[in-house]
Amino acid sequence: MNNESVLTPVYADNAATTKLGPAALRAMIEACEDAFANPSSPHTPGQRAAKLLWASRERIAACIGADAREITFTSGGTEADNLAVLTAAAGEKRHIISTVIEHHAVLRPLERLRRRGYEIELLPVGKNGIVDLEDLRRALRPDTALVSVMTANNEIGTVQPIREIGGLCRAAGVPFHTDAVQAAGHLPIDVRGMNTDLLSASAHKFHGPKGVGFLYARRGTELYPQLLGGSQERGKRAGTENLPAIAGMAAALEEAVSSMAENNAKTARLRDRIIAGILSAVPGARLNGDREKRLANNLNIMIPGANAEAMILLLDGAGIAVSSGAACASGAGELSHVLTAIGLAEEDARCCLRITPGEDLTEAQAEYIVAAVARAAQRIRSI
Amino acid sequence: MSRALIAMSGGVDSSVAAYLTKEAGYDCIGATMRLFTNDDANVSREKSCCSVEDTELARAAAFRLGFPYYVFDFTGDFREKVIEPFIAAYENGRTPNPCINCNRYLKFESLFRRARELGCEYIVTGHYAVIEEKNGRMLLKKAVDETKDQSYVLYSLTQEQLRHTLFPLGGTEKTETRRIAAESGLANADKPDSQDICFVPDGDYAAVLRNYTGRTYPAGEIRDKYGRVLGTHGGIIHYTMGQRKGIGLALPAPVYVTDIIPETNTIVVGPNEDLFTRTLIADDFNWIAFDTPPEKLRARAKIRYKQPEKDAEVSALPDGRVKIVFDEPVRAVTKGQAAVVYDDEGYVLGGGTICAKGDEDA
Repeated sequence: MNNESVLTPVYADNAATTKLGPAALRAMIEACEDAFANPSSPHTPGQRAAKLLWASRERIAACIGADAREITFTSGGTEADNLAVLTAAAGEKRHIISTVIEHHAVLRPLERLRRRGYEIELLPVGKNGIVDLEDLRRALRPDTALVSVMTANNEIGTVQPIREIGGLCRAAGVPFHTDAVQAAGHLPIDVRGMNTDLLSASAHKFHGPKGVGFLYARRGTELYPQLLGGSQERGKRAGTENLPAIAGMAAALEEAVSSMAENNAKTARLRDRIIAGILSAVPGARLNGDREKRLANNLNIMIPGANAEAMILLLDGAGIAVSSGAACASGAGELSHVLTAIGLAEEDARCCLRITPGEDLTEAQAEYIVAAVARAAQRIRSI
Repeated sequence: MSRALIAMSGGVDSSVAAYLTKEAGYDCIGATMRLFTNDDANVSREKSCCSVEDTELARAAAFRLGFPYYVFDFTGDFREKVIEPFIAAYENGRTPNPCINCNRYLKFESLFRRARELGCEYIVTGHYAVIEEKNGRMLLKKAVDETKDQSYVLYSLTQEQLRHTLFPLGGTEKTETRRIAAESGLANADKPDSQDICFVPDGDYAAVLRNYTGRTYPAGEIRDKYGRVLGTHGGIIHYTMGQRKGIGLALPAPVYVTDIIPETNTIVVGPNEDLFTRTLIADDFNWIAFDTPPEKLRARAKIRYKQPEKDAEVSALPDGRVKIVFDEPVRAVTKGQAAVVYDDEGYVLGGGTICAKGDEDA
């Protein structure tokens, strides 16, 4: 198998994180070298840093159809989600709507609010992982403080009808947050067209650096700061700005947005080949999530009888990095609340593989993934 | 080079077992089983999702020894094979030993299977027990350090499992284990041995039962062996054979739990001497030393983890169960606990679960 070495390694766990892109790396180095000063300082080096910070804010805002003043930089998607969700606690209203398939960065702060007496209503999703707009319409109330629905799911890649959801919320006068961590840089985002009031994103999901993200908050949406201290980010997020990371994020997002259409077309084609290949090569295999309304780089497949933890290690041995979805802090696979929400039995939910290839995936690698998955599944099923 | 999967808990024993396996030249991978969620164990969700601290120690030991390390999620198997039988046993008036089921079903079935899936020939644990091959048969023997011997909780091992298992610590003293841990720089040389049932963090197993099942366990009568009602108890799950504390009766002489009758929700108490019996029946019996056991043999048996073996006559009943008749009466034979039979040289002949005592079913 001489050409295996040509085909591998295949990194196909881009939903977990992506490799830093060259443009982002350059921007980060430049920021470290030329704009190391504190953006809050009035002297010339500080001015240089402040200028880069503002330019980064403008570039990011332009990528999502926002105004620069609507962008708050955070330490990543989790902080952005926390900030958005806990914003609901600033007012008098006590009812919050979200969904059963949100990321824990949304669900955990909601649990905290529930313990503080808020009424948290989690909408179900269909077998395809998509929210029913009628469910949302029925759930909206005069005392609803916030609706939070993710743009695209991190495990099964399903894309929600965000514009319609936003429209319902807007009509009801309820602020709408969307966790776009998996979507930003991968799907076109236009905050105005999508009717969103709050939107979270994380740089390392689109080839930016780790430890940085942002929250878009439509002008007039009052944020409820969680980190208190200096008056950075208009007083909404204290702490000296992580300028190299912010500059890297801006470069990465611009890059992702400009090559998005081309990348998505190619990745979706290879994704579909992998899906078709595995479904035909592995008896009983099934695709999780919606066939059409899904991220171009996500496929999540259930292979009954082939435990995902074992599959991951066997594929790792074949030079392919994939995952089973969300991981718990210890690194163990955790029974997925997303997979159980779309109706999978516990046993089947432990047999789901998430494959999220990068834009650089080749056709030969796609074929290699199919063959390796089939081989590993057969091995596990034979024991 | 043979591949070995080492079951690592982060404790000193399994870390030293890992070290010895690596030194012996095996191609090693380390693994920790995630066995329960906080919901299963009635721990607040705010805490970490599993025992992250222990896995960090295990991971650090694996990295230090230079092999990969994984955490495997076996929460589903653990619920089905350990927690639920544990609960069912208490509800049926028995006193379970969950560690035995965990060894049997988790370490030597779920993890054993995972090892095979990953191409490992051996599974390695830090148990203190010795595996020997004699005339083509795999035998299990007491550890060299008898104070640490764990052969009692391993009686369920099959020939296939024994053939693919290594116990590197079986031949070492615990003090030696600690010395190796310290010398090899494994950071946890002084970590105390675990004592509690892992999914009953504070020892309050009744709370785990209530939380898990959502049931309440009704009060019932405490009687003496003549059927006289002496008082009331707070649910049979709170009692075990031979228990003296917590019965809550003010009587002139101390009384002990001598029987638990789930059918009538009754606890029977009596003087200490009522606890002694010579006979018991064990079911679900696994013979290690024989394919077909002799009908009758002289042996030494033990009915509790930390208790010496006693001379007995052991009979294999036609239905597969095993009858053990001790030479001298033994105290508090407890249904649900294991009865393990040894020969004079410390080899485990076999073991099973105590299902009847005295002449109940003999």
